Amino acid sequence: MAFVEVKAPDFPHNPVAEPLADFQGIAAGLAVTLRHMFTKPVTMQYPEEQPNLPGRHRGRHELRRHENGLERCVGCELCALACPAKAIFVEGAENPPDAPISIGERYAKQWIVNMIRCIFCGFCVEACPTEAVQLKRVFELADYTRQSMIYTKEMLLVPRDQRGLQPDDSWLPGYEAQESGKAASPAT
Amino acid sequence: MTDFLAAIDWNVVLAVVAAFIKAFIIVNVLLVIFAYMTLTERKVMGRMQVRYGPNRVGPFGLLQPIADGIKLALKEDVTPSQANVWVHTLAPIMSLVPALIIFAVIPIGPSIPAGGGPAGQPWTWYIANVNVSYLYVAAIASLGVYGIVLAGWASNNKYSLLGGLRASAQMISYELAQGLAALCVVVMAGSINLYEIVEQQNRSGLPFGLYPIIGWVAFGVYLIAGIAETNRAPFDLPEAEGELGAGFHTEYSGFKWSMFFMAEYVNMVNVSALAIVLFLGGWWPFDPQIPVLGAVAGILGPVAFLVKLALFMFFFIWLRSTLPRLRFDRLMSLGWKVLLPIALANLVLTSIVVALWPIGAWPFA
Repeated sequence: MAFVEVKAPDFPHNPVAEPLADFQGIAAGLAVTLRHMFTKPVTMQYPEEQPNLPGRHRGRHELRRHENGLERCVGCELCALACPAKAIFVEGAENPPDAPISIGERYAKQWIVNMIRCIFCGFCVEACPTEAVQLKRVFELADYTRQSMIYTKEMLLVPRDQRGLQPDDSWLPGYEAQESGKAASPAT
Repeated sequence: MTDFLAAIDWNVVLAVVAAFIKAFIIVNVLLVIFAYMTLTERKVMGRMQVRYGPNRVGPFGLLQPIADGIKLALKEDVTPSQANVWVHTLAPIMSLVPALIIFAVIPIGPSIPAGGGPAGQPWTWYIANVNVSYLYVAAIASLGVYGIVLAGWASNNKYSLLGGLRASAQMISYELAQGLAALCVVVMAGSINLYEIVEQQNRSGLPFGLYPIIGWVAFGVYLIAGIAETNRAPFDLPEAEGELGAGFHTEYSGFKWSMFFMAEYVNMVNVSALAIVLFLGGWWPFDPQIPVLGAVAGILGPVAFLVKLALFMFFFIWLRSTLPRLRFDRLMSLGWKVLLPIALANLVLTSIVVALWPIGAWPFA
């Protein structure tokens, strides 16, 4: 039966070398902080300075048009089915043959997305057979009421004289210039 | 009536009025320094952590202290129901007032003799020139610990109490080393009057803190003990937020809390000012005795003092953003087993040097 005596180490172990090493460590630390004081802060001054988002950033939805101005959306509701958050509601209707709204037999009478529910997964984009839905690089979606977070078709549809984004063209060179030519569409 | 008027020594009245005006100015300047010190600290620490710090209120965030002050003044003042209301209210006052009145004896610049100042009066850069001014400073500085201990006790909160006890243990321990380091200077100067001490350094041309060996050691011990005295990082054990909530001011809010905050920052100014007076020659190198620039030493001296003060304050911030907090037993062993013996040995060495060689002819210097 033997006890192992655990002795607390004397402080300091080496009365000269250890304090010197301590001061060396403190000096090294002070040098690090002083050096960093003269580097440029990494903070982005957000409202004045906008983030350079990647081209395929998934932000607010956009409903695109064909070159001839007709809507791409045919009201098939596949986006609503694919949506894991059940954020999209689509009400399709017969496309009037004399004054067509979309190119198909049907069009979307209502296309509503609830931005509180949306998780920006992009499944609606993948599900869309006509490449009508795209997620844009608009991220300033905060607002004060639940009602204002319901985005209707009128808010999401690109104007008649614009096509909207080509699918997956966001990585192509010249994309930035194309985007900056357009007026930024506000969130609401 | 005329006899009464004739009996008044108008020089005394003038001196008293001047002291009141100076005290008013000093207290206000100290509180403005405190306000902008909080901003400077946040900005400098921000830059050291590669971010900007506050820059939203006013240009470059310069109005941030005012916004903070308004916020703190309008905040609800919560007193815990089980707290001792009187002591809880008095404690912040007891820690702020000593911090403010220490500055009464700090000589900021060289005195201009009679005839040099406005209205033919002597012009002095201190409020009072007391013969035992270092004793006064040491005595008042140790009163500040009462505010912290009583705040911890009166809050009726175990974390506050632990913080207060830590503060008392720490401040009492480090006062010894600090006092002994200052005693080295007193021995070197042969005076306990702060003005005399500064004059002595300017006469010999080399501040005491820059004398090899004895001065360096005393300065180093004083600086470490001074940081511990002000409860600043890395010795901020009394308000170790990871262990004690916020320490002694856990149960304080609003203006009472901001008074503790003021006391901490004004104490930083005090320790820095005292270090400048004791070790860096106050207004050195702008002494009235030196040629050419000596004529404007009354202006340049205080400027030199303020520059040194700013450097010290920067050093405090720099340390805070660099060093992690000490463990409490390490803090105690540093104070009692390292700083105190070193300061004692240095005091003995200083006494030997001063006894064997005449002033100004010391070896190593």
